[in-house]
Amino acid sequence: MTNNYDIVIAGAGPAGLAAAVEAARRGARTLVVDENTKPGGQLFKQIHKFFGSHEHKAGVRGFAIGEKLLAEAAELGVEVWLNSVVWGLFANKVAVVRGGEQITLAAKKIILATGASENAVAFPGAALPGVMGAGAIQTMINVHRVLPGKRVVMLGSGNVGLIVAYQLLQAGAEVVALVEAASAIGGYGVHAAKIRRAGVPILVGTTIARAFGRGQVEGVVLAKLDESFQPVPGGETTLAIDTVGIAVGLTPLTELAWMAGCQFVFSPRLGGHVPLHDADMETTLSGVYVAGDITGVEEASTAMEEGRLAGIAAAAALGYGAAAAEADKAAVRSRMDVLRSGPFGLGRRTAKAEILAQRKEAASCRE
Amino acid sequence: MRVTNHPVLGDAPPGRQVTIWLDGEPLAAVEGEPIAAALLASGRRVFRRTPRFHEPRGVFCGIGRCTDCIMTVDGVPNVRTCVTAVRDGMVITSNLKEVPAGDQ
Repeated sequence: MTNNYDIVIAGAGPAGLAAAVEAARRGARTLVVDENTKPGGQLFKQIHKFFGSHEHKAGVRGFAIGEKLLAEAAELGVEVWLNSVVWGLFANKVAVVRGGEQITLAAKKIILATGASENAVAFPGAALPGVMGAGAIQTMINVHRVLPGKRVVMLGSGNVGLIVAYQLLQAGAEVVALVEAASAIGGYGVHAAKIRRAGVPILVGTTIARAFGRGQVEGVVLAKLDESFQPVPGGETTLAIDTVGIAVGLTPLTELAWMAGCQFVFSPRLGGHVPLHDADMETTLSGVYVAGDITGVEEASTAMEEGRLAGIAAAAALGYGAAAAEADKAAVRSRMDVLRSGPFGLGRRTAKAEILAQRKEAASCRE
Repeated sequence: MRVTNHPVLGDAPPGRQVTIWLDGEPLAAVEGEPIAAALLASGRRVFRRTPRFHEPRGVFCGIGRCTDCIMTVDGVPNVRTCVTAVRDGMVITSNLKEVPAGDQ
């Protein structure tokens, strides 16, 4: 039967593609299913250079990493179905709609690498046209080469807000201000420095009180906040802008794992409810693995490492590359520890360790 | 507005020009780009109004999750324009002419 696969992966982003490469390299018949028209997830809009060490592609731009992963996957014979939606998981079966046709795939192992979606934030006028997710803006300017507006205010000083603000400047827009409700900048200093050098004011202790405009956004009212995030009387400023970028975090896209019946845990540090998984990325459902932002919002570098781990583990469980699997997994885990170090990574490392500990507990409860 | 030259990405690849039809008017688009990108490139930001309160909506999430950008495409209602690629001759209909503007 042609619809029989060793491993079916939902999501062709960095985690899914990395998983596919590792699984196929070891001999597993691997299929990646993605609902988008192009593979690569959010890698192709990341035109900035990555950080970390050489083995983490430091100094390489996101889209170049995406191109390399795709070339590797193609070379190894990984099948990729685009415009195809995974809508259900059953025991060793994956239900897909492809080009309007319903197809049921047999899969010995399943890897969910569905990513995350941007958070919205509520203020009057937040639904006006011109108020957009920062990631949506980034896709428009860097992938489709379309500038959605000319004068932008960005909300949120995490790495997404900082990077997209800079990339808006590169694309020819004016960034009037970047506002952050907390008292300090959230993302890396190097990203913040780039937009400060370009003259963009970063206003900490400030938020958007409301957006206004007839038919579409024409301005925002900013409000100064006190230490308890309450507006300071008289601290309002009005800016004339035509675009608002919302960069207030992401939430893992976990619908498939919920439907399948995976056990979840709430982890605020990782962006919300995430499926419990063990050190091999296997969930509480045998044969169902997770990798990337679905397991908690991090970066593309960690997503790829988690993908590799899941790919190696799922393949080894089927007997592919089993002899070297423990050593291969150990190498990935040590690289992941490096990515999750330092003042920015440590919180994620602790949150991830907590997931593994809870997974162990869940396993012992069932015994 | 299109980003034709870029300090990192260089000049935009030419792409095949196609024509799509928005509420009866022809609109230039690049083959394969999402409908939403073509509309934003032409400066159109209001894609529809909500049926009950007639509030304007445009692109928000850009990944097919929020459904703010839905329009009728080739007769099919509620198509997510941010994840649907343009095709030459595609007919896109907003509800902007039938639904009156809201009070805001």
